[in-house]
Amino acid sequence: MTTEIRPPQQPGEPQSAAAPSGPAPGRGVHSPGRAAIAARHLRTDRWWASPALTGFGLLAFIGYSTWRAFFGLHTAYAAPYVSPFYSPCLAANCPAMKSGADWALFGSWWQLSPALIVLIFPLGFRLTCYYYRKAYYRAFWSSPPACAVAEPHASYSGETRFPLILQNIHRYFFYFAIVVAGILTYDAVLAWRNPAGQWGHAGVGTLVLLANIVLIWAYTLSCHSCRHIVGGRLRHFSKHPVRYRMWNLVGKLNARHMQLAWASLISVGVADLYVYLLASGAFTDPRIF
Amino acid sequence: MSYQANFRVWRGDSSGGSLEPYQVEVNEGEVVLDIVHRLQATQAPDLAVRWNCKAGKCGSCSAEVNGRPRLLCMTRMSTLPADEPVTITPMRTFPVLRDLVTDVSFNYTKAREVPSFVPPPDLKPGQYRMQQEDVNRSQEFRKCIECFLCQNTCHVVRDHEENKPAFSGPRFLMRVAELDMHPLDAAAEGGLDRKRSAQEEHGLGMCNITKCCTEVCPEHIKITDNALIPLKERAVDRKYDPLVWLGSVIRRRK
Repeated sequence: MTTEIRPPQQPGEPQSAAAPSGPAPGRGVHSPGRAAIAARHLRTDRWWASPALTGFGLLAFIGYSTWRAFFGLHTAYAAPYVSPFYSPCLAANCPAMKSGADWALFGSWWQLSPALIVLIFPLGFRLTCYYYRKAYYRAFWSSPPACAVAEPHASYSGETRFPLILQNIHRYFFYFAIVVAGILTYDAVLAWRNPAGQWGHAGVGTLVLLANIVLIWAYTLSCHSCRHIVGGRLRHFSKHPVRYRMWNLVGKLNARHMQLAWASLISVGVADLYVYLLASGAFTDPRIF
Repeated sequence: MSYQANFRVWRGDSSGGSLEPYQVEVNEGEVVLDIVHRLQATQAPDLAVRWNCKAGKCGSCSAEVNGRPRLLCMTRMSTLPADEPVTITPMRTFPVLRDLVTDVSFNYTKAREVPSFVPPPDLKPGQYRMQQEDVNRSQEFRKCIECFLCQNTCHVVRDHEENKPAFSGPRFLMRVAELDMHPLDAAAEGGLDRKRSAQEEHGLGMCNITKCCTEVCPEHIKITDNALIPLKERAVDRKYDPLVWLGSVIRRRK
């Protein structure tokens, strides 16, 4: 049996009722002159699974983190652990933290959750991250939904115009992300105390915060902007052996950027959830020593 | 082990065409190009297909198999479901000439738009000396066989014909990156800023780094991670980073 395919539609020709979904005839893969194939794509594999999973994962994290950022103030600290969503705490309405990153720079006029002040930085870092851009362009904007699957948009200007041209400020968020990772490292060090504030103790929460900060650093340092800054911008590696070595190291991490992006996203959520469960009295932190 | 497989092969030209069904014998170890050749030999002697080396090195037999851009000679039949028809079409980004053959002259036009290597003025041919670590990056890009599968799968031009004049595509943005990373390229001394021209003349900003070019590259070149993103970062140095701009101004004054 021969599958009948209409020739490409010419500009100005009215669209028929049997026009395929997706790009209108005469546009994209249906442009005049290209092979006349009505289907938007001919992929037979489960191309939709990856963007669907990505979208589900990102939405789940957005939902959880929004709830925690707005309503988690009173369960943000369970001595000696502080939730990574609430550190540093820059408003006056923070929970009392023993030696924690509790600096009321914003004073008492800030009545909303203090998490909102800080989360803008990791949010901006991940929003402009080269991996997450791929992830959400595919999952949420279908631009494209998958390789060789036609996107539904009539026009496309990429990252050449506002607001997407702002993706170019990724490296500034990287600089802020270094600061935030430094503060979370400080929090992970403080976790080597017992609830009374004595040093030399650890609980399961210590390991949770430790794993989280290792993954946060790995994700932050594997960033493409970091790779460029440490050495990628050079033309003569041979004249900068130290930077060349750093570039190679960051390159090895960079090859795992996607995995690190997900691992650190999950770890930061788990670390917050752990603190929330402790602070809300769901269980007590099992002490190791 | 041999079996009879069902194929749907696009037959036609720029005035129209259709997916024609065929049943062809498939033997162990064969690739899709073998089947197309058997089809030519036994049932469709007028089937047009472009091919040359059968070794994945000439980049001639680019097409789409089950909707995925691939080299016909590097797509093993054993990787495709034996109980489903295999659909073979020409690349869907370029104008079709006939059957599986497309007009890829868009790519040659774009190739000519990239200013070539500028030799350093103080060195003669034969005097060039470069350290291996300085050319490693460029050598990855030199693996390109110009099959144009990356150009074909890039949605910027695949789904938007109107972007073709403004966008060079991943293959030629990679060429710009290769030259910008070249340790001896003297384009900057002659007033050509490849970082700036990548964005302003070759449409780098249109790339939204969704990595389809990397996914389809038969040479496994990390086009996005090693060429396009570094080139974007270099463009940021030039256009969006005031600290870098300030540093370069101070250095120039010295």
